[in-house]
Amino acid sequence: MSAATGVRLADPAGARADAAAPVRIAVRNLDFFYGGFRALKSIDLDFHDRQVTALIGPSGCGKSTLLRCFNRIYSLYPEQRATGEIVLDALNVLSPAVDVNELRARVGMVFQKPTPFPMSIFDNVAFGLRLAERLPRAEVEDRVEEALRKAALWDEVKDKLKAPGTGLSGGQQQRLCIARAIAQRPDVILLDEPTSALDPISTGRIEELIEQLRQEFTIVIVTHNMQQAARISQFTAFLYLGEVVEFGPTVKIFMNPGKKQTQDYITGRFG
Amino acid sequence: MADHIVSSYDAELTRLRRAISEMGGIAEKMTADAMTALTRRDTGLAQAVIAADARLDALQRAVEEQAILTLVRRQPMAVDLRETIAAIRISGDLERIGDLAKNVAKRSLAIGGQFQPQKLMAGLTHMSDLAQAQLKDVLDAYARGDKDAAEDVWRRDGAIDALHTSLFRELLTYMMEDARNITFCTHLLFCAKNVERIGDHTTNIAETVHYLVTGEALAGERPKDDRSNFAAVEAGT
Repeated sequence: MSAATGVRLADPAGARADAAAPVRIAVRNLDFFYGGFRALKSIDLDFHDRQVTALIGPSGCGKSTLLRCFNRIYSLYPEQRATGEIVLDALNVLSPAVDVNELRARVGMVFQKPTPFPMSIFDNVAFGLRLAERLPRAEVEDRVEEALRKAALWDEVKDKLKAPGTGLSGGQQQRLCIARAIAQRPDVILLDEPTSALDPISTGRIEELIEQLRQEFTIVIVTHNMQQAARISQFTAFLYLGEVVEFGPTVKIFMNPGKKQTQDYITGRFG
Repeated sequence: MADHIVSSYDAELTRLRRAISEMGGIAEKMTADAMTALTRRDTGLAQAVIAADARLDALQRAVEEQAILTLVRRQPMAVDLRETIAAIRISGDLERIGDLAKNVAKRSLAIGGQFQPQKLMAGLTHMSDLAQAQLKDVLDAYARGDKDAAEDVWRRDGAIDALHTSLFRELLTYMMEDARNITFCTHLLFCAKNVERIGDHTTNIAETVHYLVTGEALAGERPKDDRSNFAAVEAGT
C-alpha cells in the first residue's frame, strides 16, 4: 500500500529487484531438443548482474533444462542440442568455439543432491582448481580457504581438511559443493534445487549463503519451493511447457502476477 | 477463480469470506437499528443493538484467528495473500462500525425522554442513510470483487463529511439558543460523529477491496469535506 504514499519501510539491502543492474546473461531465441522433443521454445530472458533469478514452474516445464544450457552440461549427451544464443559478457556460450572446461570454470553448478567426490574436503575444493590452472601449492591452499570461507563452511571444517568430504552432513556437503564451484572464481553460479534434500536449518544456512554470494556472483536458482523463491530471489521467471510465461521482479510475481497461469501455479490452483 | 489443488485451502478462504459477509450483515443492521432506535425512541431496539455487538466481536476474533492459521499453514501467495490480509482488515473495520453503532444506541437510551427537534433528527437521519448506503455498496463490492464500485464508495464519502460539518454548526447554534438543549445536542453531536466515522471505516473497506482485486493501493488523496474541525458559531448569529 506504500506506493501511493511514497513512504516505504527500510528493506534489507538489495531485497528488491534492481532492474538497473547490467544484464550479465542474455538468452535469445533459445530452443532445446532432447532428440526430437523440443523442450525449450524460443526463450528470451535477461539475467541481471549480481542478482538472484529464480526459475519456477511445474516438473517438466524446462527450468532445469534451461539451467543446463548455461554451462552446456547437456553436451555430455549426444542426442541433446541447443540452438539460439546465450550471451555471457559478449561470449555466446553455445558457440562450438567456446571451450567447455573454461566455460564451466566461469559458470559453476550445484545440484539437488550433494555430490562430494570420494576424496578429502581439501581435495574436493582444490579439484577444479588443479584441473583448470597450474598453481603453486601455497596458492591452492589460499584459494581453498577463501572458497570454504565464502561458502560459510571454513569454521566447521578447518581442523579436518584431510577428512573425507563424504563424511560431512548433507547441508555441509552442499556447501562443500558450493565451495568447489566458488574456488574457480566463476561469474555465474547455477543452483538446481540446492536445498530440496536438506532440513530447514541447513536450508536456512544455504539461503543465507546465497544472499552473501549475490554480492559477488550472478546466481540462477531452480526451486520448487515458492516461498524460497520469494525469499531469496530478486527476479523470477515462470516457465510452463518450455516457454517463459512471465518474468519480472520477484515481489511483483508473488504479490500480483500479470498472467493467470502464473497466479494459478504459485497459488496452487488447477491450471 | 479456479479451485485450489488442496480443497481444504479453498474451505479456509470460503470460511473467511462467509464470516466477513455475516459481519457485514450484522454491522449494517446494527447501524440501521441504532438510528431507528434514536429517532423512534425505541429502547427495546436500542438494547437489541447493544446486545448484537457481542456476536460481531466474536466473529472478528474468529476471522483473525482463522486468517493467522491460513498464513501459517498455507503461506498464501498473490490473490490468496491479499484475500487473507483483506479479511483481517475488513473484519477490523466492521467490528469498529459495530462499536460506533452500539454507541449511538447507548446515547439513544440516555436522551430517550428529551425533546428532539425534528429538523436536527432529519439531518442526522439523512447522514446515516448515506452512510448505510455506502456500507451496503462496499459490502456488495467485496462480494462481487468489483474494484470500480469500491472506488465509487471511496469517492462518495465526501458527502457524509459535508453533512457532518453542517450538522455540527446547527447543533452548536441550538445549544447557544437554549442551554437546556446542551445535553441532548451533545449526545447528538457524538452520534453524528459516530456516523461520520462509520463512513470513514467504510472507505477503509473500499480501499481494501480495491487492493484485494487489483493488488494496487488506491492512489491519491481521498476527497474530504469534513470541516467540523474548523467550525465555529459566534454567539448572537
